[in-house]
Amino acid sequence: MTVLAVAEHRRGELRDVSLELLTAGRRLADALDTDLHAVVVSGDVEEFAGELNREGVDAVHTVDHGEEFNHDVYVQVLDALAGDLGPQVVLAPHTVNGLDYAPALASRLDYPLVTDAVDLRTDGDTLVVDREMYGSKVETTLELPADRALVTVRPAEWPTAEGVGDAAIQAFDAPVDESAVRSRVTGFEEVAGGDVDISEADVLVSVGRGIGEEENLDIIHDLAEALDATVSASRPIVDNGWLPKNRQVGQSGKVVTPDVYIAIGISGAVQHVAGMKGADTIIAINDDPSAPIFDIADYGIVDDLFEVVPALTEEFGG
Amino acid sequence: MQLLVPVTDAATVDDEFEIDGLAVDERYLTYDINEWDEYAVEAAVQIAEAGEDVEVVTVTVGPERVEETVRQALAKGADRAVRVWDDDLAARDLLDARAKAALIEAVARDVDPDLILTGVQSGDAGFAATGVTLAERLGFEWAAVVNQLDLDTESGVVSVHRELEGGVEELTELDLPAVLTIQTGINEPRYASLRGIRQAQTKPLDVQTPADLGVEEADLASPLSWTATREPEAEGDATIFEGDAEATAGELATVLREQGVGQ
Repeated sequence: MTVLAVAEHRRGELRDVSLELLTAGRRLADALDTDLHAVVVSGDVEEFAGELNREGVDAVHTVDHGEEFNHDVYVQVLDALAGDLGPQVVLAPHTVNGLDYAPALASRLDYPLVTDAVDLRTDGDTLVVDREMYGSKVETTLELPADRALVTVRPAEWPTAEGVGDAAIQAFDAPVDESAVRSRVTGFEEVAGGDVDISEADVLVSVGRGIGEEENLDIIHDLAEALDATVSASRPIVDNGWLPKNRQVGQSGKVVTPDVYIAIGISGAVQHVAGMKGADTIIAINDDPSAPIFDIADYGIVDDLFEVVPALTEEFGG
Repeated sequence: MQLLVPVTDAATVDDEFEIDGLAVDERYLTYDINEWDEYAVEAAVQIAEAGEDVEVVTVTVGPERVEETVRQALAKGADRAVRVWDDDLAARDLLDARAKAALIEAVARDVDPDLILTGVQSGDAGFAATGVTLAERLGFEWAAVVNQLDLDTESGVVSVHRELEGGVEELTELDLPAVLTIQTGINEPRYASLRGIRQAQTKPLDVQTPADLGVEEADLASPLSWTATREPEAEGDATIFEGDAEATAGELATVLREQGVGQ
């Protein structure tokens, strides 16, 4: 009986979410009075195991097979390891790669799956999971038996585990059936290059879905010019092709930390907030008072952006 | 070639709303085709237009309300649709990924697709698990969060880009048959033409029950229970400027100047 946390790495780096899973996992293991194990599959597993050996980790399992993430390998190996350990709860990251193996692993193990947890607790028998709906406007609670569950955990909701542990580091010799590996990762591509690096800007005027139409972007460019700021955007603007990919702030775009971030017509979905919450001063202009962007803003205006933005431009002589 | 496209609708919540028991009161919900599925439909129709003898079948688990969304997919070029529902499903407050995948699996075994295209997630519940669960149940290959795809039917391989975090894409090749979960922005979803909308009215839309499909109650049972729904507590301590646009813009301008912006 254990809690098992599955680490994530990419191109030679352990990702922070791996250490956040250890924090979430240790808390659950305490409540369940059991051990916390971590597992890392592929890459430089010795080095990763050293990094995962944080306070409160009882064992780290390493599977030395290939360099990069491959879901066919992950599912086979984790299925075998779970067969050995019989974990009560398996924790995986709610990341793009987590989404690529966790549902298949849950199905193969016949473990119930809950995704994108923002809080986890247990009384020993029942696992209680909080998650959000409708772009963070509603929070729900789901419950399931605490003796078998696979939960994907939202990044940046738990602090990273610190300290140095005395985990047993164990190579897990998993048999991989290569004929069942029918996907091949052939490379990586950086896509967000181009003329402007928004992560270098001191002041960002950032535009979201609320702008409505492409031709309305003029008022955004006018404001940016008046403020001597750089224009960035949330995902829908880039999906529509109104601004290039290198202007996108968020999980799949750039992480930015400007002095001032002005979010205009941006609701503040978690994927966007992940890319800009480190800004020193956050200003939100949105006509929806329940938009989650106001939860992280320092200053806000709840009003029609088509009224406010031109008035602000005028203040700066635009 | 057969393409299967699981589609659903998704609700957005009004600015102001009330929660009634576990659900947001229906009066405050607006349903439209799930944004991610709209891109999956477009990807399927583009493959059909480029190839010969390609049939695009949509499958939906949901109540009669969803037929509006299904007709949209038919109007944009899907050939026929299957909708799965019955009173027992309607009586549940939660349908988990395993149950949805079990129902879609039954339809997929009938359609026998080479490729299944569906959205990464639904815009309302956002579980992001149905597509990959379905692939595992069918024994298909899969790729999650695809923002570029190139299908080579002769070699039976599909090459995809998976959109990872931080502006990095993973390039992957998969053997067919496969399930791809489609990310927004992969293409430019078309508007339905008037002719398409007319044609959609006469395209087959079969309604089947789990019993019709031979899906057993045990496949639909879920150990998950939904126990609470609430509005998150406002965490923010933002200073909100009040007044008309001129007044609020003036106060904001003062703050910006104090920060040295626009000087």
